[in-house]
Amino acid sequence: MTAGGTRDFPVIFEFSTPGRVGSSYPAPDVPERALDTLVPAEHLRDEPAALPEVSELDVVRHYTRLSHRNFSIDEGFYPLGSCTMKYNPKIHEDVARLPGFSRLHPYTPPEQAQGALHLLWDLERLLAEISGMDRVTFQPAAGAHGELTGLLMIRAYFESRGERQRTKVVVPDSAHGTNPATAAMVGYQVITVKSDSRGNMDVDALQAAVDETVAAIMLTNPNTLGLFEERINEVEEIVHGSGAQMYMDGANFNAILGVTRPGDQGFDVMHFNLHKTFTTPHGGGGPGAGAVGVKSHLVPFLPVPVVERDGDRFRLDTSRPKSIGKIRAFYGNFGNLVRAYTYLRSMGSAGMRQIAETAVLNANYMLARLRSSFDLPYDRLCKHEFVLAGTRQKRQHGVTTKDIAKRILDYGFHAPTIYFPLIVDEAIMIEPTETESKRTMDEFIEALLAITREAKENPELVRTAPHTTPVKRLDEVRAARHPDLRWKPRR
Amino acid sequence: MTARRKGVDVERRVQHKYLPATDAEREEMLRAIGVGSVDALFADIPETVRLDRPLALPPALSDPELMAQLRALAQANLDCDRATSFLGAGAYDHYVPSVVWHLAGRGEFLTAYTPYQAELMQGELQAGYEYQSMLCDLTGMDVANASMYDGASATAEAAVMAKDLTKRSEVLVSTAVHPEYRQVIRTYVSPLGIQVTDVPYRDGGTDLNAIERALSERTAAVIIQHPNFFGSLEDAKALADLAHRAGALLICAIAEPLSLGILKPPGAWGADIVAGEGQPLGNNLNFGGPYLGMLATRMEFVRRIPGRLVGATVDTDGRRGFVLTLQTREQHIRREKASSNICTNEALLALAAAIYMATLGKQGLRRVAELNLRKAAYAKDAIGSIRGFEIAFKTPTFHEFVIRTPLDPDELNRRLLQDNILGGASLGRWYPELRDAWLLCVTEQRTREEIDRLVDVLEGIR
Repeated sequence: MTAGGTRDFPVIFEFSTPGRVGSSYPAPDVPERALDTLVPAEHLRDEPAALPEVSELDVVRHYTRLSHRNFSIDEGFYPLGSCTMKYNPKIHEDVARLPGFSRLHPYTPPEQAQGALHLLWDLERLLAEISGMDRVTFQPAAGAHGELTGLLMIRAYFESRGERQRTKVVVPDSAHGTNPATAAMVGYQVITVKSDSRGNMDVDALQAAVDETVAAIMLTNPNTLGLFEERINEVEEIVHGSGAQMYMDGANFNAILGVTRPGDQGFDVMHFNLHKTFTTPHGGGGPGAGAVGVKSHLVPFLPVPVVERDGDRFRLDTSRPKSIGKIRAFYGNFGNLVRAYTYLRSMGSAGMRQIAETAVLNANYMLARLRSSFDLPYDRLCKHEFVLAGTRQKRQHGVTTKDIAKRILDYGFHAPTIYFPLIVDEAIMIEPTETESKRTMDEFIEALLAITREAKENPELVRTAPHTTPVKRLDEVRAARHPDLRWKPRR
Repeated sequence: MTARRKGVDVERRVQHKYLPATDAEREEMLRAIGVGSVDALFADIPETVRLDRPLALPPALSDPELMAQLRALAQANLDCDRATSFLGAGAYDHYVPSVVWHLAGRGEFLTAYTPYQAELMQGELQAGYEYQSMLCDLTGMDVANASMYDGASATAEAAVMAKDLTKRSEVLVSTAVHPEYRQVIRTYVSPLGIQVTDVPYRDGGTDLNAIERALSERTAAVIIQHPNFFGSLEDAKALADLAHRAGALLICAIAEPLSLGILKPPGAWGADIVAGEGQPLGNNLNFGGPYLGMLATRMEFVRRIPGRLVGATVDTDGRRGFVLTLQTREQHIRREKASSNICTNEALLALAAAIYMATLGKQGLRRVAELNLRKAAYAKDAIGSIRGFEIAFKTPTFHEFVIRTPLDPDELNRRLLQDNILGGASLGRWYPELRDAWLLCVTEQRTREEIDRLVDVLEGIR
């Protein structure tokens, strides 16, 4: 249900009516001493926080209506390249909500949390096998958090070897923004190496850039163009040859499950985006879970605690003198680890490989049907995603990739990833994932082709899209120039 | 259709409920692509790195088998529904009203992506704007972001913010801040040339004299927690004044935002940055995560705040709408110059927190905070009166307090388990001087009967 006409959809504060309540608690069953005998008056608030006063039904209606103003995988297709928006199974929600998991305090004595520790131990083994790594930490809350963890371990590794001259991190020009941002957070200088005409890392440029002042290379493989790094063996020789470490950004892991393993490609450390390949729900922007796998030489630097097994008992090991410390309190986004574990137990070995094969098949099918209608920056078979360029439409009709993306919303789909990677002008990155049917993909393809025709025949319609969403195109410039970041009552 | 690899027999493809492509559709798609097999799509992967065997994973389980196995694992944990818990120490057992997850768990919220296509995602964005607003009301700060990973990492990022804002390179951290928060601060700032100086607590609170002695023109920030790890209320205004006099910022970590139902908000006593943990606001214990980092600050610092920000604007018809804004701070635009690398955040938990705060509302949050305060005070007095047990610190406390115990706290907890009670966190692992002490938490979840039973059991322990 959307707001009629141009009336603003109300914020919850606008429903507030003094005296209304939305919750129910027992009366105090202990003596009610005056508050200022328990807490000195100077510590007490003068006024309660100005939260809304609404009834339970007000809350239910407000958020239910808000949910109708949101697009989700449950509703429709989300062909976002690099995000792996695959179906989030409902059984995962039931499992995650089991009180033995959801109502478990992190400081429960390990002897009373053996089920949780067993799950973490098992999940670690599964991810290690899938990735070719030796051990896995679950502390990172997201992929970028995993990148931070990985680079901190690499830094600690070189410190322990006295190799303080390694001050740089190499990334490809197609790297996701978190890669250089993470490198900067760990005090590294970022060196960018260009991609070649096939979309691979330019090996000659890499050779020139890598020396003993480089700590690591951060690669995504398949890369953000959706292409497998064909010269990965040469890359490995160059990087390891100079004593540097190979970091794998696991965002695109969905394409290679059961086909090739980052550990076997030479990577020393990688992060997994459990909210991508392993289908923990995106939740409107988070939570994620960014597990990190390492080879044995980096194991001493893992964050604490680490789950260890003695016979059939599990414990948390905090005596790890070389550990980088902690990157968050407690152990990790356990609620999502439960979901990822449930997923892995439901797929099995053949299932994992089928995920990759189907994801890659679906993407190549869409590429085959769309390639002649757009500029194609790299003429190769893709993996689980591919990149087109809206440059032809911009050149011929003055319709940009952004316009096309907004018009896709009118057709009932989420737009693909746009303007990323940065090395493709007017980039459009499409990733269907393996959970989409041919029918859905065909519908999307028809819509996108229709829009290319609209761009030619009725460009203004596309340039002013979207038309059927709850709000029309929003003024982002105004939002940045005059930041309005909290609600204030109108006087 | 079977997948064929050189010399390796692969089992016949079994249709799976998450993989809709049928054999016939696969053939059709391969024809459209112009290749003969799926293998051809992987031809550009060098032979030398290809797996030559199936992954060694346990066989796939059907849904009923999955539920049975996972239920068994869940049941091997003593959760806070099965035992009476007095555990706090940074993760708190609060009553979560039913509406919170009936609403936050809706597929429209749960399975949505980050709202970069704002016109399609007004639900998520508006909920985020409302959450930011509520957080500002709660903390007394001007601007709050749409979430960080957790309280500990939010505090660490606040320390980095302080360095960027003041151009100074030292942070003073009270040892009354949660030990894990302090570990995280050190891990985050160590590669950035920021020195972390621990400043000891005294009598359960941050030692003002020690802070004053440690402050210098190198100090970017003083970091305290309020209420602190021991549950004690800090002399927060005095600490803020000390910091400001030295040109430093005051960062307040908050592990228990429910306390702001009755406590003076940090904005009112001079905090510059508030870094909090939102788990207590409508989110489950979840064995430590996912949790909810909160970050709020003064408007003058808004361009250095990390993480996503939701802002209000208008559409082409003049309607109010919401977008992610000031994105030039963030990694996808500024890359190595971004204020943080954070991308994915804890949006769903922020939504749950907003629903919780809306449900409790102005009066409800205050009432629940009072229940926590009163029940804990009752328990503290009763336990402090038992022979052999002593209240460790004279400072006023919110819902946690430290008790010195007549026997080793871990041993005490083992005995309490026999009565199905999860006792407080033993402190010796973090504070050697408190190895005979125990951090007990009493929330609104604990009834008088449960508290009285704890007291009875403790009285009977020799």
